[in-house]
Amino acid sequence: MDHPPSLPPRVRRARRGRVLGGVCRGIAHHLGWPVEATRVGFVLLTFAGGFGLVLYAAYWAWLPVEPADPGAPDDEESQGRDLAGVIGLGALAVGIVLLLSARGIEVTGSWSVPLLLVGVGVAVLWRQSDDSRRAELLADVGASARATTRTAVRRSVPRVLLGLALVLLGTLGVLASQGDLTASLRGLAAALLALAGLGLVLLPFVLGWWRDLATERRARIRSEERAEIAAQVHDSVLQTLTLIQRSAHDPDEVVRLARTEERALRRWLYTPVGDPGATLVAALESEIADVEAAYACAVELVHVGDVARDDRVDALVAAAREAVVNAAKHAGGTVQVYVECGETGVELFVRDRGTGFDPDAVPADRLGLRESVVARMARVGGTARVRSEPGEGTEVSLALAAPLGVRSWT
Amino acid sequence: MSGPETSLDRGSAAPLRVVLVDDHRLFRSGVRAEIGERVDVVGEAGDVDEAIAVIHHVRPDVVLLDVHLPGGGGRAVLDACTPDLPDVRFLALSVSDAADDVIGVVRGGARGYVTKAISADDLVDAIRRVADGDAVFSPRLAGFVLDAFSSGATDAGDEALDSLSPREREVMRLIARGYTYREVAKDLVLSVKTVETHVSSVLRKLQLSNRHELARWAAAHRVV
Repeated sequence: MDHPPSLPPRVRRARRGRVLGGVCRGIAHHLGWPVEATRVGFVLLTFAGGFGLVLYAAYWAWLPVEPADPGAPDDEESQGRDLAGVIGLGALAVGIVLLLSARGIEVTGSWSVPLLLVGVGVAVLWRQSDDSRRAELLADVGASARATTRTAVRRSVPRVLLGLALVLLGTLGVLASQGDLTASLRGLAAALLALAGLGLVLLPFVLGWWRDLATERRARIRSEERAEIAAQVHDSVLQTLTLIQRSAHDPDEVVRLARTEERALRRWLYTPVGDPGATLVAALESEIADVEAAYACAVELVHVGDVARDDRVDALVAAAREAVVNAAKHAGGTVQVYVECGETGVELFVRDRGTGFDPDAVPADRLGLRESVVARMARVGGTARVRSEPGEGTEVSLALAAPLGVRSWT
Repeated sequence: MSGPETSLDRGSAAPLRVVLVDDHRLFRSGVRAEIGERVDVVGEAGDVDEAIAVIHHVRPDVVLLDVHLPGGGGRAVLDACTPDLPDVRFLALSVSDAADDVIGVVRGGARGYVTKAISADDLVDAIRRVADGDAVFSPRLAGFVLDAFSSGATDAGDEALDSLSPREREVMRLIARGYTYREVAKDLVLSVKTVETHVSSVLRKLQLSNRHELARWAAAHRVV
């Protein structure tokens, strides 16, 4: 989440590299101190009448978690994270016991162990609410995160149950140690009954509230999507339409603008988000877009299969670009590019519908083709052939033999 | 298809009766203005229900069918009309030329597929071809066919339906390279009629094959 630079950054609990709630790391990050310093500080403060513990708990409760960094793996995903958490919680519990005994409170009494259980249960529940908030934050990032939320919820159920069981067990233990167990059990049953009744009464309200929340969130997602589309339309389509109106006197320019915009919009609508430049076809598409913009022509690319790029493939792309430029300059109209990747290699054809020429009587301006296409292909062990007849248009065929790391296009 | 190709030899006395189905009125009037003198535009429709009614009423030779149509898309029109009206031929039109669109309408029964960027001459030519019972393949449709039928191995299906013959493959490759039927015929030393037969046969395979890749692809894109 970005903040305007004028606002001072808020202290946030750290998401990564934390032991318990990320309080120490968060504060250390905020102050620019080493994390050990704040940790030792909290420990020392704890000896001051337990102040450190109280402070830590308060920070844990009130400091917001730092926003997720989608690129970095969360601690939650790393192995051994849960173990570290348990050790941390255990240390905290031992600390409380030591603190209480230091203050002269009897901790070896029968009620101290149940109290500890309650404490651990509460801690587990609190950590849980942390994680579900994390899942919520993630869900804001994108629609695909909805699955993440669901996984997080599913994963959280046993932990919530564990926490509740611990709290319940601890409470029972405390009650039992204080007096007679049956009486406390009866009291507990009454309390549970009352809770159940209250739950029944409140259920419709809670459900309604939950539904409102879900509706609100859906609406927000939709409005964000709409805002993104509006931004895209404004940046591209509206701008282009304005440009087209202004250059209405120049048909070539209008075609060029419309074509460029169409291509950009198509890519935005249909191309899955991913690495755009890693394959032959992706590289060809980007070169073709370039040529179309520069020469106000239409180029149609048809491909069967695709291969990963390497030096030889890049040479093929460069040669193809030259061939397309040539066709655009000399022929006009639609230039057809067909590329087929198979087990034996890659074949690429650039066809135009120009007037064509007699290859035996190559005009001077077609010499560029020979140099830039034929020689370039020869250098990487490929072949280039130019076929042209007057009145039939021109076709440039390029071929590159395997191995090129063929992979299928899905 | 590209390249104007005279079809005078096939031209019958009466002009072909054509129905335009597209939800953009502007596009319909544009097409009507461009081809109206060479074919007889006997009806127009802007959505699925209207299209079904008009087609059943006027029984045209050829329907120019937009792939993206309110009320279920071009596929819904095909599903409603092809069983009752086997003589009406459909030529699909689309702006996108995305494989989803292509395969959906072709498997739905369209005899051809062209993009809206097609020139008036080529469109008239494509309409005539479709009316004659031939198939009209754009380079991209040919590319898709080659992709879908590329691997040699097939499941225990109908072998004849599930693979292309070497000749059909050659024809498809040339069409993908932008050749017109006439140029394909010249290059392979065949008659234009033979090329048309090959293309129609490929269209039939595309429509009927349960080839694994095709089925899987179609299922993944929810077009079947």
